[in-house]
Amino acid sequence: MTTRIGVVTFPGTLDDRDSLRAVRLAGAEPVSLWHRDKDLHQVDAVVLAGGFSYGDYLRAGAISRFSPVMETIIEQAKAGMPVLGICNGFQVLTEAHLLPGAMLRNNHLHFICRDQKLRVENADTAWTGDYTAGQEISVPLKNMDGRYVADERTLDELEAEGRVAFRYLDVNPNGSLRDIAGITNAAGNVVGLMPHPEHAVEPLIGTGRTDGLPFFTSVLKKLVSA
Amino acid sequence: MARVVVDVMLKPEILDPQGQAVQRALPRLGFDGIADVRQGKRFELEVEGPVDQAALDRIHKMAETFLANTVIEDFTVKVEA
Repeated sequence: MTTRIGVVTFPGTLDDRDSLRAVRLAGAEPVSLWHRDKDLHQVDAVVLAGGFSYGDYLRAGAISRFSPVMETIIEQAKAGMPVLGICNGFQVLTEAHLLPGAMLRNNHLHFICRDQKLRVENADTAWTGDYTAGQEISVPLKNMDGRYVADERTLDELEAEGRVAFRYLDVNPNGSLRDIAGITNAAGNVVGLMPHPEHAVEPLIGTGRTDGLPFFTSVLKKLVSA
Repeated sequence: MARVVVDVMLKPEILDPQGQAVQRALPRLGFDGIADVRQGKRFELEVEGPVDQAALDRIHKMAETFLANTVIEDFTVKVEA
């Protein structure tokens, strides 16, 4: 059986096509999921792609969090299904309380678009197994609301449990506390990050490198071996 | 119909760069003496029926789950005459 990985399209999602392509290049079967459909169509994992779902009205990710598809995704994520939230998807995951903390407007108030260096801090999640801890990668980053915040206690807890999955290197592009670029839940199946690995899966686009592809091969291996 | 106002503000410990940008612009525009600015959101709800305790409880729940993100924001609910 082919492994099926779903990518959700909300109104305002921009990076669903790139995410579907990344899934295909990794060797899994990409499945488009629609935000108003509660049914996940037998997918084994879900990617919440980047963009501006529901126009980011109210707060980034706040309205999407209550869409019908999210009801099922929240339930399945809690049951262990791998879920990756990229950029707006990360915002949706924090609003859904599947990941702690919140995302705020960048500290410099500008939209930012750059190639971003990251350090992989945790290579034991469902989405990072094909990296090694401490590995440095470069993937595109583009966001307006990318400043990760949480209270001190939560931040200490994340650090202590190794749940800071990615950290910004060289430059902190948005004022995220403790240079956090991505985090995981305690079980390691839910991962969220602001930069865009799905834009770095083919040498011809993005950074000209394929540093993002291991996200998608990691989850595929994890599911095949499960 | 009665009006209920929900004010949402970033928690005091959360950096508010939008408020800071406004504060920095004030002296340039000739408005002196403002030491700090923080920017929030105000929701005006026109409520059908009586604004009794049950209605207020529902609005409180709505503010807590949706209008405000309580990880980063505080909110107040008040009835306007």
